[in-house]
Amino acid sequence: MDLSRAQVPHGLVHVIAERCKQCDFCISYCPVDVLEYSEDTNSKGHHFPVVAAGKEQACVFCRFCDLICPELAIFTSESQADASDG
Amino acid sequence: MSIPVEANISLVDKHPADDLLRADRFPHILCPGCGIGTVIHTYVRAIMESGVDPDRHVCVSGIGCSGRAAGYVNVDSYHATHGRALPFALGIALHKPDLVVTVISGDGDLTAIGGNHFIHAARRNINLNVICINNFNYGMTGGQTGPTSPKGARSPTAPDGNQDHPFILPHLAHAIGASFVSRWTVLHVRQFQEAVLRMMEKDGFCFTEVLAPCPTSFGRPNNFAQGLHEMEMYRDRCHIENGVSRMSDLQIDIMDPDWPIIVGNFVDVERGSYGEHA
Amino acid sequence: MVKLHAARPPPTPRLLSGARFMQGDHACAEGALAAGLDFFAGYPITPSTEVAERLSDRLPAVGGRFVQMEDELGSIAAIIGASAAGARSLTATSGPGFSLMMENIGLAAMMELPIVVVNVQRASPSTGLPTMVGQSDILQARWGSHGDYGVIAYCPDSPQECFDLTFEAFNAADRYRVPVFVLMDEVVGHMAERVVIPEPGILSIRVRKGPRQPPGKEPFLSYAPDDDLVPPIAHAGEGYKVHMTGLTHDERGYPITDAGVHHKLVTRLVDKVRKHADQILMTEEFMLDDADTVLLAIGCTSRSARHAVRMARAQGRHWGLLRPKTVWPFPSDRVRELAASGRVRQFVVPEISLGQLRREVERLTRMPVINITHAGGAMPTPEQILEAVES
Ligand SMILES: Cc1ncc(C[n+]2csc(CCOP(=O)(O)OP(=O)(O)O)c2C)c(N)n1
Ligand code: SF4
Ligand SMILES: [Mg+2]
Repeated sequence: MDLSRAQVPHGLVHVIAERCKQCDFCISYCPVDVLEYSEDTNSKGHHFPVVAAGKEQACVFCRFCDLICPELAIFTSESQADASDG
Repeated sequence: MSIPVEANISLVDKHPADDLLRADRFPHILCPGCGIGTVIHTYVRAIMESGVDPDRHVCVSGIGCSGRAAGYVNVDSYHATHGRALPFALGIALHKPDLVVTVISGDGDLTAIGGNHFIHAARRNINLNVICINNFNYGMTGGQTGPTSPKGARSPTAPDGNQDHPFILPHLAHAIGASFVSRWTVLHVRQFQEAVLRMMEKDGFCFTEVLAPCPTSFGRPNNFAQGLHEMEMYRDRCHIENGVSRMSDLQIDIMDPDWPIIVGNFVDVERGSYGEHA
Repeated sequence: MVKLHAARPPPTPRLLSGARFMQGDHACAEGALAAGLDFFAGYPITPSTEVAERLSDRLPAVGGRFVQMEDELGSIAAIIGASAAGARSLTATSGPGFSLMMENIGLAAMMELPIVVVNVQRASPSTGLPTMVGQSDILQARWGSHGDYGVIAYCPDSPQECFDLTFEAFNAADRYRVPVFVLMDEVVGHMAERVVIPEPGILSIRVRKGPRQPPGKEPFLSYAPDDDLVPPIAHAGEGYKVHMTGLTHDERGYPITDAGVHHKLVTRLVDKVRKHADQILMTEEFMLDDADTVLLAIGCTSRSARHAVRMARAQGRHWGLLRPKTVWPFPSDRVRELAASGRVRQFVVPEISLGQLRREVERLTRMPVINITHAGGAMPTPEQILEAVES
């Protein structure tokens, strides 16, 4: 099988920055290490997740960051882009 | 709001589950790294997948940090007194049997002050779904020892370490007659959500224990100062064993780093729910 | 897919009517059924058990739900929950169980969920004399749960009134959204007399005031009161997505930590009863028009008092009886009025308590208040009342 041509689901990450309390769950448990902390903080002083440089196409849309977030501050949507050409 | 726009992220102000949340009350009051938020999240997802109109779902909580769950979900929701979530929910469920009633309760709320209602609601097989958030302590009042606190755990009321034997909640739930019994952690979000859905589908008294970090009250004196530390412990030590053969194997000793924690769906039987003969 | 249970079929009317001979506990149960009782949860306790026993048979027969709970903590919580789902709900107990219910009576007051609690009083404190009469839970009924809140309490003096006032209690609970008590006593609960039950349809059942907006669009403000201080109520399953809590809450029902909001809320809980006292109050006056000596008594003791009035009148003395049918709110204005009439010289308070009722009268007047007391197990006789006043 030609893995380079397989259709891997691909996701976009969305964040509600004000809800984040910087628990680290999403960053720690992303299976492909898409996320890192923002440089800036929200109004409570928490750094929130952003997509790490170079990881823009890496999200596999597993939704784990969303499911595990205690604050309902992060979710993903399926991107239309074809992951095989990334 | 002082949120700058970061280049690498889509910043939004609404979550897809917000219709099922009292979103105007977010961010909620729970501490950073507290597992209770994930339980709330899982519950609303299960509602979304249940196929039942949210207007027919009801959430009842008692008192405690876990008890705050009812205040964040956008279904008819009731925050009863400490220990009394179950009988309050029983009143609703028996008067309107067409509602899907879920109780979200803390370990102390459900099995210390509310222990008597727990054993009798299960014995009667009242049609309720019970999610017991076990964070091994009384989080809200500052981390005092509770009925699930591990032996040796330090707390403001056990400065030299807890001497009492903790409950094995799924074992207890099984012994008192629950129709469905499972244990998951907030790390096992997918399996936990499946268990909650199963409870919503199923008649009779259904029980899920969900282990959840309480970094502030339990964690700090017991080497889990961050929620993530306890999540890592779940990751390292949890084994999935559905239908475990001996319920007593479900004993948890989280103070012993080599002690395995068994999670899974353990019991799923038909007993005929309360009042079915009526 | 989640299976939904079919809603229960509508109740088949099987209410009693006409004249019957029955004990107070049973009449109380029939009064509740006539009022459209949907849900009863209770735990057996003498001398109230007959209320539960009667309902275990009669309530399912009219389509309602009877549950015997594991204790009184569960019973009271269950009836509050059922009320949240729209049920007319009841529990029945006696002193020890009433004590266990106190925390959740405050919850019902704070959530403004209507409930009716029957307390057939026995000799107390503690386990006391389980089978014998008492009237010493009067102040507990008013003040037993922590904090300030309003309640209504009826004191029937006969099986007929056990029926009538239990019926009335449900209407009052739904009208004001407060906990309502039927404070019976062992004598009234266990005595059998003729009880006349009106034909169905004669008694009017008050319907709870519901939301005036359809569910779904605008958020429903569960705690926005009308001019009468009582907010409309939406029940579980009606689509309004209510939130109810014992925490201090705003009009939406959401917890809020604010002394101003707290003060306003709790003041309203008290004022709902205080400001409608004239509409709630029920008293009976017996030979009071020309009385210089006013007996004030409730429940079974008022039967002795009434007899004492007759005996005194036979001796040419001007006695009369004021009988509160509602001990809460207390008929304070009427007592003050009598005290200020210039005609009344003294009050006489016989009771099965060491002075709970006297205290209420004493705080309203500087006139002499003669208190004939028994701690429980026996009631003051007419002769004892006459003697006490003479000496
Ligand atoms: C009758 C009563 N007793 C004590 C309390 C104080 N109290 C509030 S929450 C709580 C313990 C809660 O523990 P748990 O149920 O485990 O919930 P958690 O906060 O850990 O989620 C206690 C003792 C109370 N509110 N009411
Ligand atoms: S004290 Fe513990 S249980 Fe309570 S919110 Fe904080 S972390 Fe959660
Ligand atoms: Mg706890």
